[in-house]
Amino acid sequence: MQDLGISILFRGSNFIRLLGGLWVTVRISLLAAGLSVPLGILFGLFLNIRNPVTKVIGRIYLDFIRIMPQLVLLFIVFFGATRAFGWNLSNELSAVLVFTLWGTAEMGDLVRGALISIPKQQYESAQALGFDTLQTYRFIIIPQTLRRLIPLTINLVTRMIKTTSLVVLIGIVEMMKVGQQIIDANRFEYPTAALWIYGVIFLLYFFTCWPISRFAKWLERKWN
Amino acid sequence: MRTYAPMYVEAALLTLRIGTTGILLSVAVGIICSGVLYNRVPVLKGIVSAYVELSRNTPLLVQLFFLYFGLPKIGIRLSGQMCGVIGLTFLGGSYMTEAFRSSLEAVEKIQYESAMSLGMNSVQVFRYVIFPQALATAVPSVIANVVFLLKETSVFSGIALADLMYVAKDLIGLYYQTGEALLMLVIAYLVILLPVSLLGSVLERRLRYAGFGN
Repeated sequence: MQDLGISILFRGSNFIRLLGGLWVTVRISLLAAGLSVPLGILFGLFLNIRNPVTKVIGRIYLDFIRIMPQLVLLFIVFFGATRAFGWNLSNELSAVLVFTLWGTAEMGDLVRGALISIPKQQYESAQALGFDTLQTYRFIIIPQTLRRLIPLTINLVTRMIKTTSLVVLIGIVEMMKVGQQIIDANRFEYPTAALWIYGVIFLLYFFTCWPISRFAKWLERKWN
Repeated sequence: MRTYAPMYVEAALLTLRIGTTGILLSVAVGIICSGVLYNRVPVLKGIVSAYVELSRNTPLLVQLFFLYFGLPKIGIRLSGQMCGVIGLTFLGGSYMTEAFRSSLEAVEKIQYESAMSLGMNSVQVFRYVIFPQALATAVPSVIANVVFLLKETSVFSGIALADLMYVAKDLIGLYYQTGEALLMLVIAYLVILLPVSLLGSVLERRLRYAGFGN
């Protein structure tokens, strides 16, 4: 067959199936991001406590999660937890768990950095103006921290969407897997399917993440 | 465990070999691309920004699958290792470009103007005045990118390269010694990445002293 291999996309429900696969990835990352933002804020506050013990605990958690490739973490939870504790976690649950653990660490570090970047004078001036602690945070510190934090958080979400492409390796049927199925099912009719399918997957990822990161950049520029 | 250790060492060497090749090439790509962006070279500037956006907004695994399974269909056949190096360079190049670009922009404009008034041409200004200063401030983010790229090499197992992940998965499948295989995997990555990450924080601290000296 000499026609363009790209027509494979429009056969049957192939394209819709790919989009369904993309949604699986996006759903995992949105779920994990939704959990990591509040947990990460708490972890960021925890990191800022001036106490040697909590500091060491926080650092160890942060450094371990950051140094280990996310794929290793996925393997540890998916294969290791089953083995060590006899938990039979489904692959999607372990993916959400891992990305939440990772997102919490990253988010915590962002929150810590944003809190540190607020100059001391802001606290002191607020106090001098008669604000109590709660008011200082409510009206002075949190609004400023949020401005620094929101673009970085949005970037974290795009990183999460990109990294969730790894879940295909623990057997979740997402966009890559659906792509493989389409390629394998049409191996003889469309021998060049792999080129087109993987090319389209590449572009779908791009058009998912690109607008989000543009938005983050725009916010950053607007607020600076 | 003694029988598996050599497998991990071999896999770690493969990870390191592809990793370092890819990282060195990405640094080269980053320097060239950031130079193009900094000097606002017409046409090339647009290509470089498009490349940076494209590569930063797609996952490495998808890039690798395209290279490894997609390209052979139009007659471009690359070995797994070659794909690994190209994929890592494609991804890393854009991250390095961003790292260099932001530190190039941090160099004050007066440096550029003074060098120009001393009669240097724009290539000389970039080569002798702007770039060396930017390099110093770029070090922490470059090291962070190195850690990131070394971590990303873990997805090579997806295109059947016998890296650390691949060996661990193999051993889990063959002998069901999940605990041992995962432990060795964690240790192997710690041995590779911890020194780099520590080096990064040491350099960052030293650089901060240098900055305060001014």
